[in-house]
Amino acid sequence: MFKYLVKRVLYMFPMMFIISLLVFITIQLPPGDYVSAMIEQMRNQQGTNWSPQFEEAMRDRYGLNESIIVQYGKWSSNIVLHGDFGYSFQNSEPSQKIIWDRMGMTLMVTLASFIFTWAVALPIGIYSAVRQYSMGDYIFSIIGFIGMATPGFLIALIMMYIAFTQWGSSLSGLFSPKYENAPWSLDRFADLLKHLWIPMIIIGTGGTAGLIRIMRANLLDELNKPYVETARAKGMPEWRLLLKYPVRHALNPFVSTLGWTLPALISGEAIVSIVLNLPTTGPILLQSLKVQDMYVAAGFLLLLSFLTLIGTLLSDIMLAWLDPRIRFE
Amino acid sequence: MANDVIAVNDPGGHAASQEVPQIAVASQWKLMRWKFRRHRMAMISLVVLTTFYIVAIFAGFFAPQATTSYNRKYTQAPPQTIHWFDNGKFGPYVYGYKQETDPRTLERTYTVDKDTKIPLGFFVKGDSYSIGFSGMPVDWINNLHISGSRHFFGAKNHGDPFYLVGADDLGRDVWSRVIFAAQVSLSVGLVGVFLSLGLGILLGGISGLVGGWIDNLIQRGIELLRSIPDLPLWMAMATAVPARWDPVVVYFGITVILSLLRWTDMARVVRGRFLSLREEDFILAAELDGVPARRIITKHMMPSFLSHIIASVTLSIPGMILGETALSFLGLGLQPPVVSWGVMLKDAQSIRVIANMPWMLLPGAAVSITVLMFNFLGDGLRDAADPYR
Repeated sequence: MFKYLVKRVLYMFPMMFIISLLVFITIQLPPGDYVSAMIEQMRNQQGTNWSPQFEEAMRDRYGLNESIIVQYGKWSSNIVLHGDFGYSFQNSEPSQKIIWDRMGMTLMVTLASFIFTWAVALPIGIYSAVRQYSMGDYIFSIIGFIGMATPGFLIALIMMYIAFTQWGSSLSGLFSPKYENAPWSLDRFADLLKHLWIPMIIIGTGGTAGLIRIMRANLLDELNKPYVETARAKGMPEWRLLLKYPVRHALNPFVSTLGWTLPALISGEAIVSIVLNLPTTGPILLQSLKVQDMYVAAGFLLLLSFLTLIGTLLSDIMLAWLDPRIRFE
Repeated sequence: MANDVIAVNDPGGHAASQEVPQIAVASQWKLMRWKFRRHRMAMISLVVLTTFYIVAIFAGFFAPQATTSYNRKYTQAPPQTIHWFDNGKFGPYVYGYKQETDPRTLERTYTVDKDTKIPLGFFVKGDSYSIGFSGMPVDWINNLHISGSRHFFGAKNHGDPFYLVGADDLGRDVWSRVIFAAQVSLSVGLVGVFLSLGLGILLGGISGLVGGWIDNLIQRGIELLRSIPDLPLWMAMATAVPARWDPVVVYFGITVILSLLRWTDMARVVRGRFLSLREEDFILAAELDGVPARRIITKHMMPSFLSHIIASVTLSIPGMILGETALSFLGLGLQPPVVSWGVMLKDAQSIRVIANMPWMLLPGAAVSITVLMFNFLGDGLRDAADPYR
């Protein structure tokens, strides 16, 4: 187990390096840079005179004149060595403050949605398999299919509509106005929990549907196997038998889905948070991409990708713990 | 034994006694067709999607109005109900609108005006349209279109207000725009899937056939791409496609971006098939007979995994459609005056709009139905892809 762990953790480093390279190249793709975007904006407003010398000076100051390789080297080494994510042109301050603030919230919302998907998908999947073709199975299947086909932001819009017309409230935000900018306290946390369930359900719905189908299919495969029949013949209580053998067996592929449910959740979170205006990464990422505030955007992309890498690492470790065959491969 | 099962369950209406010998000699594709027909949801989806695509291709004919035609007098007008019979005779009509404007907020409220009837009819004359390609960079492709001004269904007198599902902020017909938007939204999935299919077959094929360190490298690459959350990366890539470019270029730019992250599924299917086929006896037999490698691939391997590829192609179209919708919704994908379902949904972002005009969410329903249908169709095809099981 230890050897597997070490191998798996070491494997993360080249992955992280390639992802950082990929992110940096992607960020460099749009024509122009922040300075040219800013100058263009300033030109449209009258009364300001921007000389080419000034433009050059700005570029020099932000290090935009250097070659991409040098820029990448500086950027990545600063992150690794100093935890410095570069300068946010737009906010005129180091970007790590805004990045970490928002990442914390994203982590919170994603984690909540993740727990929601598993807490819902697991029991429903088991129920649907055990009571195959029952009324409940059909209803859950239909809801699941619709949930899978409806993009998260559409569910968010529909929920907003229902909340507005039924209760006259808007669903946006994660905090009441009172706690919006307040420092962390127990009250603020309680307030957060009161608002968290809405994005949690919206983001979780899409993934839940897929997971229910996987759990159902896995369990159906197991339920017809002779060992289940044997245990039943020996007079084992049905629910204990179910949880002790076939469910545990069906759990392995279920756990391995974590590798793709996590990226899906983070993608879903990004767009739903824009619609609901949550203080998470989504809105800021969109904004920074639009104005080419490249270090902020790169930082977010990088951390979001790392988040999924760590998620897959955890799922692999969990899988190795559940299934000894993987450890000794 | 497997043959008996298929014969008994076949709903083709043939007696089982006739079916058994047929099964034995039926070609692989015939078996697949039989199996596919048994998947009822997949059959329904096939019909629905075919209808969608036909309507999208002939959008100008099926839409009552053009996408650009607007009427300032009827901004935010609510949906009308069609009455099919007038005084006991067939003659569809809708009632006109009576409107009041709040002097303070300038907000319009509409009520049904039972005094004016707007006659409707089939094959009426209206806005002119052209069916075929337009805006392509190649001239002779652009010339491949036909023009007309007859509409399948609409107001008999051109210019009468007829808003089946309501009007938007500018007084444009939402129903017509949804139909026109289908052209972009439905084709993005197809074009993108073909691009990613090319990449997938190429890299998956190399991976499965060559093996060794190249296989390892490609597999790690696929793992890496799959572990990155696609939407944030799509957002970043989409900003590289400037909005001021020609709409056609933007359209292809966005499809390329969508397929850059989505070829991995295809590559995995292709590689998996190659690996499992390599072990099959009939491939070994062909190899021992001295059949050249290229012929083995095209004649012996391709036919047996083509069906799987078709199934996984179908299953990956929804992801593309959803991706385009999400990007356009965020304002990073296609831009007006191009209409796609995502572009239309962008107008429905604020709670004010949704509360006043819930019909603006209709493109969302179109997206959901399309994606749902593609999922069912893909499921049916996947089941049918292996007819011997």
